[in-house]
Amino acid sequence: MTLTASPDLTATGTGQLAVNLDGVVKRFGTVTAVDGLDLRIRPGEVVALLGPNGAGKTTTVDMVLGLSKPSSGSVQVYGRPPQEAVALGLVSAVMQTGGLLKDYTVEETARLTAVLFGRPRSVVKEVLERAGIADIGDRLVGKCSGGQQQRLRFAMALLPDPELLILDEPTTGMDVGGRREFWEAIRQDAERGRTVIFATHYLEEADAYADRVVLVRRGRIVADGTAAEVKALAAGRTVRATLPGADLDALNRIEGVESAEVRGDSVYLHGRDSDAIARHLLTRTDARDLEITSRNLEDAFLTLTADA
Amino acid sequence: MTTLAHDRTLPKFGGFSAGMLALELRRLMRNKRTVIFTLIMPAALFLLFGSSGDYKTQRIGDGNVTGYIMVSMAVYGAMLATTSGGAMVSIERAAGWSRQLRLTPLKPIAYIAVKLIVAMLIGAVSVAVAFVVGAISGAELPAHAWIGCAVLAWVCALVFAAFGLFMGYLLPSENVMQILGPVLGILSFAGGLFVPVDQLGHTFATIAKFTPVYGVGEIARYPLTQDGDLALAILNVVVWTALFSAGAMWRFRRDTARV
Repeated sequence: MTLTASPDLTATGTGQLAVNLDGVVKRFGTVTAVDGLDLRIRPGEVVALLGPNGAGKTTTVDMVLGLSKPSSGSVQVYGRPPQEAVALGLVSAVMQTGGLLKDYTVEETARLTAVLFGRPRSVVKEVLERAGIADIGDRLVGKCSGGQQQRLRFAMALLPDPELLILDEPTTGMDVGGRREFWEAIRQDAERGRTVIFATHYLEEADAYADRVVLVRRGRIVADGTAAEVKALAAGRTVRATLPGADLDALNRIEGVESAEVRGDSVYLHGRDSDAIARHLLTRTDARDLEITSRNLEDAFLTLTADA
Repeated sequence: MTTLAHDRTLPKFGGFSAGMLALELRRLMRNKRTVIFTLIMPAALFLLFGSSGDYKTQRIGDGNVTGYIMVSMAVYGAMLATTSGGAMVSIERAAGWSRQLRLTPLKPIAYIAVKLIVAMLIGAVSVAVAFVVGAISGAELPAHAWIGCAVLAWVCALVFAAFGLFMGYLLPSENVMQILGPVLGILSFAGGLFVPVDQLGHTFATIAKFTPVYGVGEIARYPLTQDGDLALAILNVVVWTALFSAGAMWRFRRDTARV
C-alpha cells in the first residue's frame, strides 16, 4: 500500500533536487531495512520522516549522509554522491547521540569543526549564538546537559552553512521546554531557506514543524504529503452539521460519504473527500454550522503503520 | 537566503591542519592521567631507581649508570606517551567522534596523520622531561650521546605509536590505557628497560630479544654503550613496526569501510 497525497509535490519543482532517492534498497544480511525507497525532496522543504522503530529511518538517513551505501538503487544529494556533498558541506546532520568528546570545551568542539570545514573563527561565535550556547563556550562538553550537548551538535551542523540539514531523532531525551526551544531554533533557521529533513517518532513534532510528512513502514513509504493530507489519507475527515430531520439513507448516498450517523439534529458524515461532502451539504441541503475535523496524526500513524 | 554566500571547496591536505593539531594537543594535555603517566611517572621512576650514589659513580661507556637508567626511562616514557597518543582513537570511536568526523571533509588518512604527530609530540616532551630531570640529578653522558640517545629514544617510539593505533582500533574501550599500561610494563621488563636482559638468565634473555621493547632500548642506549648487537635491535624495531602498522591499517580499513 502506497498512498501519495499530493503527487505534484514530488514531481514538480525546478532545478536541482535536494535529495533524490531512486529505488533504494538496503539489506543487512537477510534483513531488508530499506525496501525500494523513492523519495524526492526539493530545496526549501521541511520534511518529517516519520515511522515506528525499525522502519528504516536511520538507515535512510545514514545513506543520505554517505555513512553507508545502498545495496541497490541510487542516492544523490544536490546532484552529487552523498560523501562528496558531505565533504563540501552541502549537507550536515544532528545525530541522535554520541559524536562529542567530553574533554573538549563547547567552543573548542565548534572551533575544530570550523577548522575542518575551512570556516573562519568569526563563524564559530555566530553559530554558538544561534544555537543559544554562546554563554557556555568554556564549559567542558562532559559537563553539559543533554539539551546543551544537542544544541552543540546543532551548532556544529550549522558551521558549514549547509543547504540541507538532517536531524535524526533530535529531541530524544529532552524535556518539553528543551524540545520547544530546540524546535524554535530550527524553525528560525529553516525560515532562511534551508532544507530540513528530520526523523522522528514524536508525531506532534512532525505535525507542528514539517511542511511534508513521509510516513515509513518496513522500509517503504506508506504515505507522503502535508500533515493534514496524511491524516486525511489514513482516517478521512468527519463533517458535522446541524440538519434537523435528516434522512440517513439520503446522507449515505451523498458522493464521498463512507459512513453517516444521525444524533438528534446533528449529522456526522465520514469520508476522505470532506470538501465534496461539505459542498453538497451547503448547496443541496439546509445544513448549517458545519465543522470539519480530522483525526489526529497519531490515529493516521497507527492506521498506516499497523501490520495489515 | 544566505546559504550560497561562500564558495564550497574541499580543504587542503585532506583536512590536515595546524589548527586541528593544536586543538588535539591541548585536549591531550588536559587529560591528567596522560600527563601523569607520560611525563611525571617516567621521571619519578628514574629518580627512584636511577639516582642513587652508587649508580652515579659506576661507569658505562663514557657515562654513568644513572645516565644509562635515564635513557631507559626516557624510552619508557616515550613509549607510554606514543601508545596513549595512538590509543586515543579507541576513546574517539567509543564516543562516536570518529563517526562525527566522517560528516566533515577530514580524510581518514589525515586523521591518522594527526594522531601520529600528536603521539610523537608528546613522546618528544616525555623524553625531554626525563633528560632534563636526569641532567639535574647526576646523569652523565658524553655530549654526542645526550643528543643521540634522546633522538633515538624518540624516533624509535614510533613503533609504539603504531602499537597504540592498532590497539585503539582493536579495543573499543573507554579505558584502553588501563589495559595497555600494565601490558607496556610487562613488555618493558621483558625488553630490558628496568633490568638489563643478561641479568635475567639465559633462556629469558633469548626470549627478551624478540619482544618489541628490546630493540628500542638497545638502539636508544647505543650512543652511550657502543655495545650490543645493533643489527638485531634494528631488525627487531623494523619488524615490530611493520607488524603493528599492518595491524593498524587492517583495523583502520575495516573501521572506515562504508558498508
